Amino acid sequence: MSVVTLAQALNRSLEHALAEMDDVVVMGEDVGRTGGVFRITDGLADKFGPDRVIDTPVAESGIAGVGFGMAVGGLRPVLEMQFMGFSYPAFDQIINHVARIRHRSRHRFTAPLVIRIPYGGGIGAAEHHSESAEAIYCHTPGLKVVVPSRPGDAAGLLRSAIEDPDPVVFLEPIRLYRSVKEDVPDTSFTTPIGAASVEREGSDLTIIAWGAMMKEAREAAAALVEQGVDTEVLDVRSLVPLDVESLVASVQKTGRAIVVHEAPRTVGFGAEIVAQIQQRCLYHLQAPVERVTGWDTIFPLKRSEHVYLPSVERILAAANTVLSA
Amino acid sequence: MDMDRNSLVEAYRRMRTIREFEDRLHKDFAGGEIPGFVHLYAGEEAVAVGLCSHLGDGDFITSTHRGHGHCIAKGVDTAGMMAEIYGKAPGSCNGKGGSMHIADVDKGMLGANGIVGGGPPLACGAALSAKKRGTDNVVICFFGDGASNQGTTLEGMNLAGVWKLPVVFVCENNGYAETTSYKYSVSGTDIAARARGFGMPSVAVDGLDFFAVAEAAGEAIARARRGEGPTFIEAQTYRYYGHFEGDSIAYRDREEEESFRSRDCLSRFRQTVTSQGLVEAADLDAIDGAVAAEIEQAVTDALSAPDPSLDSLTTDVYVDFPASQLWMFQDEPVRV
Ligand SMILES: Cc1ncc(C[n+]2csc(CCOP(=O)(O)OP(=O)(O)O)c2C)c(N)n1
Ligand SMILES: [Mg+2]
Repeated sequence: MSVVTLAQALNRSLEHALAEMDDVVVMGEDVGRTGGVFRITDGLADKFGPDRVIDTPVAESGIAGVGFGMAVGGLRPVLEMQFMGFSYPAFDQIINHVARIRHRSRHRFTAPLVIRIPYGGGIGAAEHHSESAEAIYCHTPGLKVVVPSRPGDAAGLLRSAIEDPDPVVFLEPIRLYRSVKEDVPDTSFTTPIGAASVEREGSDLTIIAWGAMMKEAREAAAALVEQGVDTEVLDVRSLVPLDVESLVASVQKTGRAIVVHEAPRTVGFGAEIVAQIQQRCLYHLQAPVERVTGWDTIFPLKRSEHVYLPSVERILAAANTVLSA
Repeated sequence: MDMDRNSLVEAYRRMRTIREFEDRLHKDFAGGEIPGFVHLYAGEEAVAVGLCSHLGDGDFITSTHRGHGHCIAKGVDTAGMMAEIYGKAPGSCNGKGGSMHIADVDKGMLGANGIVGGGPPLACGAALSAKKRGTDNVVICFFGDGASNQGTTLEGMNLAGVWKLPVVFVCENNGYAETTSYKYSVSGTDIAARARGFGMPSVAVDGLDFFAVAEAAGEAIARARRGEGPTFIEAQTYRYYGHFEGDSIAYRDREEEESFRSRDCLSRFRQTVTSQGLVEAADLDAIDGAVAAEIEQAVTDALSAPDPSLDSLTTDVYVDFPASQLWMFQDEPVRV
C-alpha cells in the first residue's frame, strides 16, 4: 500500500493494465511524451513505447472513431479526452457507433473501450473546461458511465472499466485529481462497476452524490453529524449501471434524501435518482427529495464559479428543508 | 506593396498593441488575478494585422483560443478586452467568457473559440450569408496547425470550395499544437498543399514578414470580394510564450526560440519602413509610448472594475424565456 493522489492512482492503474494486458493501448492528444494535460499518462510512453501509448493529432472524432475500430478489431483502447467539452466533437462516434455496435451487430461485435474524460469545475475556466455532461452519456443506451471520487476507487474502477466488455465512459473529477489522497494497493485490483459505496452510515438523512461533489457532500455530512443529525453518505460511483438497491435501502432507512450534482439541474442525473426514489420509497419518505445542483446556465468564469458550484452551505440549507418538512 | 503612410502607421500601431497587450498579460498572469486559461499571441502579430489591415467593420473574422491578436487587429477595444480577460463586468462580453471567448459583433469579430476547429464552419456560414445578402464582405478564418487536422476544418474547406464562398483560410502554423509538433501531427507536413486538393489557390508565406503576409492577404481578399471563391494562406510563424500561461515549454529548445525571435516581425517592420524612409523612427517611438500608456490604463481599469453581478449568471442564456421557468435562485435561499 502507498498513499497516493487520485491522479497518481489513475496513472498506476494504467501502468498495471499496460503491463498485465497485452491488448491495452492508451491514446489521445499529448498523452505520450508529455504525459497528458493532467499528467495522468506520465511516464507511460517511456515504459511502453509509442505503439502502446499513442499521441494523436487534435481530432476527437477521429480518436473516438479509431478507438472504436481498434476495440472492434480486438484491442482494448483507453482513450483520453483533454476536457469534457472536447468530448463533444466525438459525440457522433461515441453515440452513433461505439454505444450501438453490440446491439446493431446482434452481439457479434463489442467495443471494449474506455473513454477517460476529466470533468467538472473548480479550475477557474468557463464553459467546456469545467462542464459536467454525465447525463448525456447516461442517456445513451450501450454506454456504462463511472465516476470515482477517491484514489482507491479511481484505480479499481479504471481497471474494471478496462476489463469490461462494454464501452465505459470514465469521468475524472479534475478538482480532486491532486486534492484527495489515500492508501491504495501497490498491485492491480478491481472495484466492481455498478455498486454504490455507503461511506458513512446514518439514520436521519441520506446525502447522495458522486465525483467531485463528494467533497462537499462529506463536509456537509460532517457538519450535520456535529449538529446531531445522523447522516448517511452515499457515493454513487457508477451512474450506469445504477445501484438502485443501495439507494433504495438507504432512503427507506432514513426517509430523507438530498441529491447533489454539479451539472445543471434540468434533466441532470439527479432527476433519474429522484424518480427511482419516489417510485420505490414513496411510503418511507418523510419529506420531498431535494436537489442541490449547478444552475441551468453556461458554466461561468472564476468570479462566479463559487455561486454556480453547489456549496456546503447550499447542501446544509437543503438538509434544513428536508429535516423540517 | 503599395501601402500609404497612414496604413503603415496603423499596421504598426496594431502590431505594437498586440505585443504590448500580450507581454503585459504574460507579466501579470503570475499575479493570480486573471482567471482561466490564457493563450498568448506574441510573435504572431504580422499574421493577424497583415490580414486584417485589408478589412472593414463589415467583414468578419473567426478566431481561436489564441484570439487576442485577432481581436486587436480587427479593432476590438483593448480596455474591454482587458476587462474581459480579468472576468470583470465591463468586459467585451460582460466578463462571462474571458480570454477564450472574446467577441465583438460591431467589429465583425465572431469570437475567439475554445474549441479547436470551431471556426471554419462558422466562417463558411458567415461568408454564405454575406454572399446571399449581396454584399462584397469577406470572412477571414484563422486557425492553427493543430486545428488543420480537425474534421470541421476539412469540411469547411470543402464547403467553401463547393459554394465558392468569400472566405480566406489562414492557417497560423506556429509549429505546435500544445506540445505536439506539426511535423508529427500533420500528414505530409505541407499544410498549404492540402488546400489545393479542395481546388482553391494556396500559398505558404513567412508569417514573421508583415509585407509578405499583407501581400498574399490582399490578393486573396480581392479574389474573395470579386466572388471568385476561397483562398488558403499558410502563415509560418511562432508563438514566443508557452501554449498557455503556466506551460513549462519542455517540448521545444531555446535555440529554436532564438532563431524565431531574431526574425521578430515588429523589429523587421520597423527596419523596413525606416530604412526606406516611409515612416520616421520617432513616429514609431511615439506609437510605442502611446500604446504602453493605453495598455497600462486598460490594466488599471480592469483591476478596479466590478465583478459581474450574480444575477448575470442567468442572463444571455436565451433571448426569450419565461421568467417563471428560470430555476436559478428560485428555490435556493442561500446566496453566497
Ligand atoms: C476540440 C478541442 N480539442 C482539444 C482542445 C485543447 N487544445 C487547446 S489548444 C490546442 C492546440 C491547438 O493547436 P493549434 O491549432 O496549432 O493552435 P495554437 O495553439 O498553436 O495557436 C488543443 C489541443 C480544444 N481546445 N478543443
Ligand atoms: Mg499551433
